[in-house]
Amino acid sequence: MTAPPGAPQKAQVPVWKLLVTLGTAGAVAGFLIVFVYAWSQPIIQAYKAEQLRLAVQEVLKGPARFDTLYVYDDALLRDLPEGVDGTSLEQIFLGFTDSGERIGFAVAYGEPGFQDIVRIIFGYDRTEQTLLGMKVLESKETPGLGDKIEKDTSFVNQFDGALSPLTGVKARESTGDPHEIDMITGATISSRVVIRIINNQIERLGPLMDAYVQQADAAQLAGAGGMR
Amino acid sequence: MSPRETTPQVDFFRGIWKENPVLIQMLGLCPALAVTNTVENALWMGIATFFVLTGSSLMVSLIKKLIPGEVRIPLFILIIATFVTVADMALEAIVPVVYKQLGAFVALIVVNCMILSRQEAFASKRPIGRSLLDAVGTGVGFMIAMVMMGSVREILGQGTLMNYKVIPGNFEPWVIFILPPGGFLTLGFWLLILNWWEERKKDRAKVREWPDGVGMPGERRVA
Repeated sequence: MTAPPGAPQKAQVPVWKLLVTLGTAGAVAGFLIVFVYAWSQPIIQAYKAEQLRLAVQEVLKGPARFDTLYVYDDALLRDLPEGVDGTSLEQIFLGFTDSGERIGFAVAYGEPGFQDIVRIIFGYDRTEQTLLGMKVLESKETPGLGDKIEKDTSFVNQFDGALSPLTGVKARESTGDPHEIDMITGATISSRVVIRIINNQIERLGPLMDAYVQQADAAQLAGAGGMR
Repeated sequence: MSPRETTPQVDFFRGIWKENPVLIQMLGLCPALAVTNTVENALWMGIATFFVLTGSSLMVSLIKKLIPGEVRIPLFILIIATFVTVADMALEAIVPVVYKQLGAFVALIVVNCMILSRQEAFASKRPIGRSLLDAVGTGVGFMIAMVMMGSVREILGQGTLMNYKVIPGNFEPWVIFILPPGGFLTLGFWLLILNWWEERKKDRAKVREWPDGVGMPGERRVA
């Protein structure tokens, strides 16, 4: 639409003014975001670390202490080589009793579920090949159905004392075998995901756990021998 | 064209009920349907939206004379996106459990047309005080609508209200109400009730105009 003849023409804003306006606004916005990021990140990280610590305590049935082990170069290491940053490495946890006996390993891992990634943590006694417990850390499974993998205590409690490898069975087909986990009716996919994560991680990390335990035992014996 | 003249009271109360963004204008329906499965989620989403709306309106009204008309929309979006990012990080730090429930919908406040429309239609043309009143009223109206949705869905879908059991006995919750279809059903019920109530009010007003039933509906008797 053109302006009628004689009508006052609206002054054209120079391009540099538009650029300066947007650039300044962008810089101010960036400054504000960085400021809030610097404030919020330590709080968020501390919360996540605390949640993980509580989850480890829960699935290892309240250990007196636990060590953080890093998956590095196809081995589990408690002390990383000089210059290696552990924050980006996969971590698993090894719990101990008051007297220093090993309780088991806690492994956190996630795989795609029905809606999104399901992330769980489970405690595992490698010597007895027995699960110590399971807790869902993150899940966006369907409310009322798939979310029963974390809310239905009868499902969650089955992992306490189950023998690996696990087998998912429909509730009415259960035979009482300690390898069996009764899947939730209406949430079969979500139940299977939990079982799959545990089986896959035990298969992947089991040999590394064995190697670590052997190495730790050997080092302890050598230390005791040295004292004699 | 100068903006329509209103009073501060009108600016404040308009968004709460008469022009409620969700129940009347049908704006911001995405979060209203998606995250109102519990009152707590609905309330926190309402608070986050309120913060973004009032912050953006205040900022836009404050710098409106410095904004060239050619870049006003990108600038409004930049301001809104900044407040959304701040709200997103603050919620994760303050209420991490709720933040997990709200998921991507906090970040999606940036595309809530209710917020952009208030900047374009009001804050960019009015003084700071009026813009703030309008934003607070609209934000409160949005929060009220969210809580109305959330309370029905939580009671029927879980049998609880603010996580307290309110339906005693062996009531089996209607899971559909906490699933996405329940959002549509609840919004439909609320709109039905509110429209019925509005129509009833109009009919009563007509009866008062013509108590003997003579004359055309809506026609005023001349004394």
